[in-house]
Amino acid sequence: MLHNTDPLVSLSGAGIQRDGNWLVRGVNLAIVPGEIVTLIGPNGSGKSTTAKIALGLLKPDEGRAARRDGLVVGYVPQKVLIDWTLPLSVDRFMRLTGRPGSHDVEAAMQATGVAHLGRAEVRTLSGGEFQRVLLARAMARRPDLLVLDEPVQGVDFSGEIALYDLIGQIRDDLGCGIMMISHDLHVVMAATDRVICLNGHVCCEGSPKTVASSEEYRRLFGSRATATLAVYQHQHDHTHLPDGRVRHADGTITDHCHPDDGHHDHAAYDPVRTEGDDVR
Amino acid sequence: MFDDFFTRALVAGIGVALVAGPLGCFIVWRRLAYFGDTLSHAALLGVAMAFLLEVDITLSVFVVSALVSVALLLLQQRASLSSDALLGLLAHSALALGLVVLAFMTWIRMDLMGFLFGDILAVSHRDLAVIWGGGTIVIVVLAMVWQPLFAATVNPDMAEAEGMNPDRANFVFMLLMATVIAISMKIVGVLLITAMLIIPVATARTFASGPEQMAGLAALIGVLSVVSGLFASLEWDTPSGPTIVVAAMALFILSLTPIASLVTRRRGEPATLGEGRTLQ
Repeated sequence: MLHNTDPLVSLSGAGIQRDGNWLVRGVNLAIVPGEIVTLIGPNGSGKSTTAKIALGLLKPDEGRAARRDGLVVGYVPQKVLIDWTLPLSVDRFMRLTGRPGSHDVEAAMQATGVAHLGRAEVRTLSGGEFQRVLLARAMARRPDLLVLDEPVQGVDFSGEIALYDLIGQIRDDLGCGIMMISHDLHVVMAATDRVICLNGHVCCEGSPKTVASSEEYRRLFGSRATATLAVYQHQHDHTHLPDGRVRHADGTITDHCHPDDGHHDHAAYDPVRTEGDDVR
Repeated sequence: MFDDFFTRALVAGIGVALVAGPLGCFIVWRRLAYFGDTLSHAALLGVAMAFLLEVDITLSVFVVSALVSVALLLLQQRASLSSDALLGLLAHSALALGLVVLAFMTWIRMDLMGFLFGDILAVSHRDLAVIWGGGTIVIVVLAMVWQPLFAATVNPDMAEAEGMNPDRANFVFMLLMATVIAISMKIVGVLLITAMLIIPVATARTFASGPEQMAGLAALIGVLSVVSGLFASLEWDTPSGPTIVVAAMALFILSLTPIASLVTRRRGEPATLGEGRTLQ
């Protein structure tokens, strides 16, 4: 197990430009072993793009991305379509990109609750089953870094809680770093060490607030879920307008929002100036 | 034993079918049927270039097919046309160019029909050596790139993120395609090569429960098509290339009938080679 604190992957000022538009820009992040980082943000905010920079699938047009040598990656993409012409059983799918030991494969399938599906055709799985198979496949590689792009999509609420519990368990067992993408802007996995809110750039980041002690959330989520879920309180000093422009705390409006445009400081936020400073 | 022209035809046809099956699987899985067509149309330009430059026909067809593949890759990255429009453009431009170049060389008396529809009964000892030599190379190389190529077929991002090199696998695959077209042109002709790549694979899909098994089944079904097609063409005095394709089509239709369900009823068990045989 890796327990040193050298980052597995780090982005510094990374940005991707397509047809003159910046999909994301100025992203700084690093993931160390055993750390869970959750990326949140609205649709089209560059969450998947950021994950792809971290994975080395996209070369940043600006800034740098560095991965540790010999890094073993497990990746659960947002969408995996299996063509109907492809006969593919779950067992074969588990060995798609490597030759994991049969013990690891078995353990991963047990942990995700898909052990009985080994001979099933991947195409015939339900959305929730397929998500768990994807997770089992990534997990069986015993990765140093696990990247999960919306792993709970198509999974119902109790399944979501179970998957979050499992992801926390994987981190504890493998000691790997986890980058997780979630579409939920406010409710994140409680085991998350750090939340990064993206919208073309890093809007804010911080730790989620556990809600297990709150009676209100207990009523809303149910007692089991409150231990797994946490609420993230955003600390934005600017507002994204519908046309893509940005209004800053001082009332000025700019076309974009960059760390260097002088209206705000992304690196550190001032809790005195913002409301709801009970984050962390 | 290869002195008899019919024996040579059988051995040549079987060699082509054994290579076309596994490679054809990727054509079908990746929805590249039209790409196969484009390369085979371009083969006629290869024939014309061979006469013009007085080089070996097989070599010339291979080079032209490979160049067309590269041209397609480059055009896809730059042009604003869709892939199918680009393929149509390349296929028919190459075919027309080939025919025009041939027409200019008035001193050459050649059997155009032989190139369009194949001339399997005129297979020489040298052709046999080219088919089995080239075919062996294709199968060995395909086996070497099988895992990354297959992983990239299922999901390129996942394959690349987890340390494979889909671009290299794709490039090797294109070269293999060009090789198969070059060595099989004599057997079924440029207009029918795609049929040998696709029809046995379509038949194999009904019975296969895994990718590797589908590749093997496709090869066997291709062999069956060649053998039955050749005997039929001998019996009824029909052109051999088209008769082989008709035989492949007949097997495909059989696979859709209730006869095939005798084989597929045992679902869940991996289909064995024996099940392929019950197809008759």
